[in-house]
Amino acid sequence: MGEIRTLIVDDSSVMRKIVERSLRQAGLDQLVVHEAGNGTEGLDVLKTQTVDLILSDINMPSMDGLEFLRQIKAQNLAPNVPVVMITTESSEEHVKQAIEAGAQGYIRKPFTAEQVKKRVLSLLPAA
Amino acid sequence: MILNGVRSGSIATRNGGAKEREQRMSVSLRDSVQLVSDPKKLDESVIEVFQLMIGVECRWENKQPVSESETVTSVVGFGGMLSGACVFRSGVTAARKIAEQMTGMEFTEVDDTVKDAVGEICNMLAGAWKGRFPNLAANCGLSVPAVITGRDYNLHVQAPEFQIHHIYRFEDVFFEVTIVCDGIQ
Repeated sequence: MGEIRTLIVDDSSVMRKIVERSLRQAGLDQLVVHEAGNGTEGLDVLKTQTVDLILSDINMPSMDGLEFLRQIKAQNLAPNVPVVMITTESSEEHVKQAIEAGAQGYIRKPFTAEQVKKRVLSLLPAA
Repeated sequence: MILNGVRSGSIATRNGGAKEREQRMSVSLRDSVQLVSDPKKLDESVIEVFQLMIGVECRWENKQPVSESETVTSVVGFGGMLSGACVFRSGVTAARKIAEQMTGMEFTEVDDTVKDAVGEICNMLAGAWKGRFPNLAANCGLSVPAVITGRDYNLHVQAPEFQIHHIYRFEDVFFEVTIVCDGIQ
């Protein structure tokens, strides 16, 4: 698999590192990572960078992950780029809201690298 | 208790007929306080989070309290059907060790990364615990974590509905996790 440009949005820098590590363990070793601490910062990244994959937390200050998804759609940023939510919120209601807002995948924290691999690789074009 | 702007009941009231549904669920949650306050659910959550995110086996200890004078406490608030908090507390040694396991880095002090790691662990513990109860998973929001460091402080909640407090150990360090519920709708 070639270079994968990824945006990781989470208010925890530790979680961003863990997500990045999990992606590399999933076989995405040619990873270019952009990081953002909330939805607002995530939108700023998408206005200047082209990405192939977005992974986002939901519960964040300033702009949460669901609003981030809605804004991506409303502003037509990153069209056709798969978005996977990685969050502690795991009820059917939350999953439904995320899917309605435009997410293609959902990973519940805590997670394993294997779960990240399973959810993410199937969404990438070269998989 | 309201901590860090928990979005109280935001999900339950969004859909049509939600009031009736919320009332029905509230009754069932109050009726099942025994189940929600079962310490085994907390133990399962702690073991799962530490195994998956830190890669360590931890176990419940019924004797050894956190004995270091300087401690790190993280609080994640619950809001909505259940209000209260999940509180993680450890000595600085355990906090640094958790951050080291999560990041692969070494820490000599409790810096922002260590606080971030402890806050995220508390967030996952709160999410894993409430996720074990379908009503709570859907109708109880979480705040972003707050982290407190220092000596000689207490966290006090007046007349909680229930409180679960357990001490855990991994390797040679100890930490405490408390679920405090001060209201069920």
